[in-house]
Amino acid sequence: MSDGPSALVPPVQAAGPLLDAVALRRTIVRLAHEIVETNAGTEGLVLVGIVRRGATIARRLADAIEGFEETRPAVGVLDVTMHRDDFGARGLKHSPRPSDLPNIEDRTVVLVDDVLFTGRTVRAALDALNDFGRPRQVRLLVLVDRGHRELPIRADMVGKNIPTAKQDDVQVLLEEEDGRDAVVVVPGRGQG
Amino acid sequence: MTTEAERAMELATAHASTAGEGLASGPVWQHRDVLDLDDFAREEIVTVLDVADSMREVLDRRIARVPALRGYTVVNLFYEASTRTRASFELAGKVLGADVISISASTSSVQKGESLIDTVRTLRAMRADAIVLRHASAGAAYLAAEHTDASIINAGDGAHAHPTQALLDLYTMRRHFGDLAGKQVVMVGDIAHSRVARSDLWGLTAMGARVVMCGPPTLLPRGFRPGERPAHAESALPPVTIEPNIDRALEGAHVVMALRLQSERQQGGLLPSLHEYAQRFQVTAKRLERAHPDHLLMHPGPKNEGIEIAADMASGGRSIIEEQVTNGVAVRMALLYLLAGYTEPFPAAGDGGA
Repeated sequence: MSDGPSALVPPVQAAGPLLDAVALRRTIVRLAHEIVETNAGTEGLVLVGIVRRGATIARRLADAIEGFEETRPAVGVLDVTMHRDDFGARGLKHSPRPSDLPNIEDRTVVLVDDVLFTGRTVRAALDALNDFGRPRQVRLLVLVDRGHRELPIRADMVGKNIPTAKQDDVQVLLEEEDGRDAVVVVPGRGQG
Repeated sequence: MTTEAERAMELATAHASTAGEGLASGPVWQHRDVLDLDDFAREEIVTVLDVADSMREVLDRRIARVPALRGYTVVNLFYEASTRTRASFELAGKVLGADVISISASTSSVQKGESLIDTVRTLRAMRADAIVLRHASAGAAYLAAEHTDASIINAGDGAHAHPTQALLDLYTMRRHFGDLAGKQVVMVGDIAHSRVARSDLWGLTAMGARVVMCGPPTLLPRGFRPGERPAHAESALPPVTIEPNIDRALEGAHVVMALRLQSERQQGGLLPSLHEYAQRFQVTAKRLERAHPDHLLMHPGPKNEGIEIAADMASGGRSIIEEQVTNGVAVRMALLYLLAGYTEPFPAAGDGGA
């Protein structure tokens, strides 16, 4: 699929979800296999989810991996609020939350987030990760890549590429946080 | 383009968040300045303590430094001596990546007769974003706040208020008890001259704790006793129990807070002698036997061991005095963070997605 919006692809309307609950769970299982395959096992693997939904997805990926491998990879939670470059502009939209990371020194860190958009969250996450140690390798996994990058950042593993208009709002809904699993697009409400 | 509020509503509805935090709902915070806790709603205190939890995690990292307040300038303006409050604010600012400078009155143009208002305006002209002010006069921080649009943080104004100390006390208690509702907090000592006691009283009552004040009658505040309060203020003032007998005051206490007894009080004729004070009001092991078995012993510092608190108790197993100091940095980080978010004059449109 194309990365970013195309003039030929109209923004998807909010009528139905882009991924329903079944498709979303299937995607997570597929990504779990991809993690283990590219890492040739679970040796030295740490899944680090970005607060909040990335953290939930990371836990689910670990559950899935535990299902088909013998072991469960270490899981961490990373809050990037205090590393963002737009704190002043965003102000107090989000309160920072505590991070909780296992040892990442010389490990392979798979950074997990729900939506990849401008890339600024990932930049902040790479910066924040530095405070906890020096991983051997950092890979990026996102459930949804919606395009519109503002920084030279690209995901290694993608659940679904979704072409969007920049002002659309892509929402990943998760059972644990929102009571149901789905990916939906609310057209024209986001950053203008 | 919809407004921020409409967007927040839509997102909150779409997410139907059960975690109590909608995607676009920021923390409850309405302050440009932190002057005292009397105008803090319970929810705002909770905001500070929640953010402080995250700051405490940052503080405990191997590399305790984040760039959140890069480009933000904090000036410590101290007209009175201070070790912990001043160092605490310096560290808090630095951990968050802010620029911090400290000025003490003894080495500044205050010596040349510059007024408080002029000094604050001068610092603002140098683009200070927050000014942390300690002053011997009650109300100094309020005066400063009226004459600048920088955030003023009251780091102690005379015998009036010390809100950041109160917030760190609340935070420290919450880390141990979770919920402060119904907890009995006993303050012992020179309540009348204590800005810590005053701010703690606002904060503790807002959080639902029961406050007991204990000390010699000359060092107990007049206006606090029910019946001694002016009729019009009866409902506006927080409830408090006055108990001059320390053994009765400590009965079942969850928190015992010893307050600093300043030696000037003896010269001022309020105390017959420090020795007699220690005899009757010192927090000792024997007296603490009456407190709740899981009680915590606190002191805002600097402490006079052997006067208001027994030395073996100050460093004993129930003492969390040093933890108060560590938590003070986290709470001040939280306040700087919240103020920096609030004073930003150009709130941008929303940023959807990640």
